[in-house]
Amino acid sequence: MINVPATEYVIEVTYLIATALFILSLKWLSSPATARRGVFAGEIGMLLAVVGTLLHHGIVEYKWIFIALVLGSIIGVPLGEVAMTAVPQRTALSHAFGALCVTLVGTAEFYLRAPDVPPFMMGVLSMEVILGSLTFTGSLMAAGKLQEILPQRPITYKGQNFVNLGLLGVAIVIAGALVAHPGRIQLFPVIVGIPLVFGVMMIIPIGGADMPTVISLLNSYAGLSAAAMGFVLQSKLLIIAGALDGASGFILSVNMSKAMNRSFSNVLFGAFGQEQHAAAATQQARSVRSATPEEAAAILAAANKVVIVPGYGMAVAQAQHKVRELYDALTKRGVDVKFGIHPVAGRMPGHMNVLLAEADIPYDKLCDMEEINGDFPQTDVALVIGANDVTNPAARTDHSSPIFGMPILDVDKARTVMVIKRSMAAGFAGIENPLYYLDKTLMLFGDAKNFVGSIVRELGGHHE
Amino acid sequence: MKLDLLTSLYVFMLAAFIGFEVIRRVSPLLHTPLMSLTNALDAIAVVGAIILAGEYHAHGALLAKILGTIAIVAATSNIVGGFLITDRMLRMFKASGPKKP
Repeated sequence: MINVPATEYVIEVTYLIATALFILSLKWLSSPATARRGVFAGEIGMLLAVVGTLLHHGIVEYKWIFIALVLGSIIGVPLGEVAMTAVPQRTALSHAFGALCVTLVGTAEFYLRAPDVPPFMMGVLSMEVILGSLTFTGSLMAAGKLQEILPQRPITYKGQNFVNLGLLGVAIVIAGALVAHPGRIQLFPVIVGIPLVFGVMMIIPIGGADMPTVISLLNSYAGLSAAAMGFVLQSKLLIIAGALDGASGFILSVNMSKAMNRSFSNVLFGAFGQEQHAAAATQQARSVRSATPEEAAAILAAANKVVIVPGYGMAVAQAQHKVRELYDALTKRGVDVKFGIHPVAGRMPGHMNVLLAEADIPYDKLCDMEEINGDFPQTDVALVIGANDVTNPAARTDHSSPIFGMPILDVDKARTVMVIKRSMAAGFAGIENPLYYLDKTLMLFGDAKNFVGSIVRELGGHHE
Repeated sequence: MKLDLLTSLYVFMLAAFIGFEVIRRVSPLLHTPLMSLTNALDAIAVVGAIILAGEYHAHGALLAKILGTIAIVAATSNIVGGFLITDRMLRMFKASGPKKP
């Protein structure tokens, strides 16, 4: 290391501190008590790294950098202010932006360096742009589906998996050709273009209920592509940040697919919902018991212990604030109220927790599946709001059920089960839920927000 | 200060192990903020974009400037938006207060 200017050491030190702060940031996120400190650590680390980079002696022109930093901040503020119900699509969109950045930098690096790109470098550069561009379009598609700009039903056709894997295979083969002959500059657009198409094709067959897994996978890809960019630019900071993000996305994807008892490949290539339509809905009409808000309120008021199980239906109906009122009314009467949250409830990992926390429900009342399942036998009332498959007891008992083996919330072990549902229409993938036909189950038909509101009125009387 | 590729691989491997160990401990309660925070941290790719847009290039300077500038915009919006929303979410998580009746 001869003739390294002093500022280069300063820059390296800012990167070193930033790296430590990033790791601390994630460490502090482990508990709600320290989590905000974690965000602060991340912000300081980011600021240090950006300022350090601006000191870089090789930078000759700052005008466009500053314009871009300001413009990005202006776009970033509204993205930080979206409603909590829109967080899944916002997250998908930010994966797309991250991947866009990585792809553009990778593309420029190739054209600046070609044709003298050593094989290993060409390999990681290919990985960077392939992962980056498929994550870019894949995340845009996912955001479009979540925002309901695009149709949410999975779209499948014969030979879909063959087409998709074929596309990816072609891109990888061409990347291999570039590794061998980096001078063939004309091949490069192909390894950007094909993954862009693949990203779209990959998300077309994905249904809404698979979104938690898909968002996590895209998160992982975004991280890995950034790590690959770190290899290309030989930046330790970027390799580490990318590896952390990749690991995070990977852990979440594994959690999500475990919670659905499915493999990654099954989520991506399974098109779960399609084959079951014929099998379901052929059941004879069985009788269910239904109840009015007055009856439901009376049962809830008489209970000692209530577990509320929210699902995506609660988010769709925007019922979380009414649910908080119900929580308050019951708590005031001395009823012990907890929430049982399935890992894949909602459209992204942790989605329900954020919505309920926004409605001011204390986080120590939000229990994950392992914590709450032991409680159901001692629970007087399990109240299911807008959740379906995650409460389906067929997953435990019926070997022929498409969701057999999926871990579920054991609401059927509670003394009384109440299910708020619009109608008897089957849930995602049209799977029949035997829970609804149990003697202990009361169906509460109606819109979640209105129904919970009526129960609250019955409970509260008129003195508030 | 350039790294050789083997060192890069070591760095990646160790970071991935740290990532697994640290993130495994994050409560499922906070998985949504986890995703938005890692997303903001991942936007550290902005340092690569800044250097790309600002450095002198003998050829391909216009391409580097245009792609670099767009990349900075994309990454910066992730940094600002990601930290903002993560903090907003975390502020909402409150334990049962002593004032609760």
